Amino acid sequence: MTSVTGAGNPATTDTDWQPTASLGALRERARQLAYVRDFFARRGVLEVETPVLSHCGVTDVNIDSVAATVLPVPGHDGRAGWLQPSPEYHMKRLLAAGSGSIYQVYRAFRDGERGRRHNPEFSLLEWYRTGITDTELMAEVADLVCGWLDCPRPGVLSYGEAMHKYVGIDPFTISDTALIERCGPWVDAALAAELGRDGCLDLLLSHELEPALREQPPVFICHYPASQAALAKISVVNGVEVAHRFELYVAGIELCNGYWELTDAGEQRQRFTLDNQQRSRLGKPVMPVDELLVQALEAGLPECSGVALGLDRLLMLKLGADSIADVLAFPFERA
Amino acid sequence: MASYSTNEFRSGLKVLLEGDPCIILENEFVKPGKGQAFNRVKLRNLMNNRVWERTFKSGESLEAADVVDQDMEYLYTDGEFWHFMATDGSFEQHAADAKAVSDALKWLKEQDVYTVTLYNGAPLTVTPPNFVELEVVETDPGMKGDTAQGGSKPATLSTGAVVSVPLFITIGEVLKVDTRTGEYVNRVKSS
Repeated sequence: MTSVTGAGNPATTDTDWQPTASLGALRERARQLAYVRDFFARRGVLEVETPVLSHCGVTDVNIDSVAATVLPVPGHDGRAGWLQPSPEYHMKRLLAAGSGSIYQVYRAFRDGERGRRHNPEFSLLEWYRTGITDTELMAEVADLVCGWLDCPRPGVLSYGEAMHKYVGIDPFTISDTALIERCGPWVDAALAAELGRDGCLDLLLSHELEPALREQPPVFICHYPASQAALAKISVVNGVEVAHRFELYVAGIELCNGYWELTDAGEQRQRFTLDNQQRSRLGKPVMPVDELLVQALEAGLPECSGVALGLDRLLMLKLGADSIADVLAFPFERA
Repeated sequence: MASYSTNEFRSGLKVLLEGDPCIILENEFVKPGKGQAFNRVKLRNLMNNRVWERTFKSGESLEAADVVDQDMEYLYTDGEFWHFMATDGSFEQHAADAKAVSDALKWLKEQDVYTVTLYNGAPLTVTPPNFVELEVVETDPGMKGDTAQGGSKPATLSTGAVVSVPLFITIGEVLKVDTRTGEYVNRVKSS
């Protein structure tokens, strides 16, 4: 017998066993799920299920997979497993295998993320459309979101325009020194320098741009800096290299992240390597590269666009909830 | 001393920031999905009571501040220091300076028990209980037949505190007072 040790689940008050969401919110959650499934059924998109527990995590510098310990199984000796922060790699393998357009309602895990809009375990709606670009997929995201929230159709701002309008900088041309200085109201110069360009831009986005968007109608932000491409294609727009990546903000809440997907296996492998180099510089664990995904890309990923949308946040917006705990039966501290 | 990482930050936690002991009031986690995570933290500096707002990169840590609250009985003052004794059986004595007792000064009564906040073993602040019972030493003569309602008048208590009391209160009576608002609550007994 292996003994299990850990903090366990000590009750601190008499009501800790109770859900944090009202029963009304849980009923609305069930209605939302039915709405999503109906939306895709009408459009002929296939629902799939892919592993939550896998042999690889993701290399993303700012996303930490939850580590799991597993016993070896016939056909795989590894004892390390990872709970997936998104179903992206597995869904792309299905796309490469000829699935056509697919969607999934998925429980995703991201270590260390807990706040008013974060829980380490959360619900993602992820879908891929073959043969379409990011712009066309944005229209479908708007259909899904506006059909449920009954909100105005989102406008579109490029990352450069949004940063110029609400933060007052050109994120592509601002000098490193000026950028560090611009972060002055929030962090000292030493920390700003340590954060690097993208970290400084993330700081201004989360401390200034997002709060400004709270008062604005829904808006897509697209054409992120190429250095923040993740798994999106990169191209030159108006003389600047940008990623075909978009996010939707409703009432200042980041609701989804989408890409016109990178299909080049060589480029994919290179981005994994770059991610891991950066992880290692930051003292974070280097993640094993998912060779099965690279193989799938080598075999041929069809041209497609994909997006992941936070279902808990969508429900927060539907109910006007201020905290993710209001829409979760049991947030992590009560799980 | 231990240290706390941003994901352990919660309200009430005492940490050292720029050399000063601080208490965490709020901790908000913000993170663009693909981007850098931050913790936006509100802290109160225990040295000067100022509220600070600071942004930390998630995963950064702060050293724990050696700040503990202890119940202590007030003994006496020598004019420069106010002397307290622990009620936990240790009979340990501590001398608090004028700055530490400033908020509690007008409620200090010998042999009553106060919360003394120790920083690195020395009194940082003295907090009175929410309610204290003190004798009236000076007030205008009481007016009989005015017990239900009506106006108020100032009364000086044995510690020097001046509170607003109903007109029927007389010298020698013991009053219950809310130290958070400085307001009269009721009469405890008549002498």
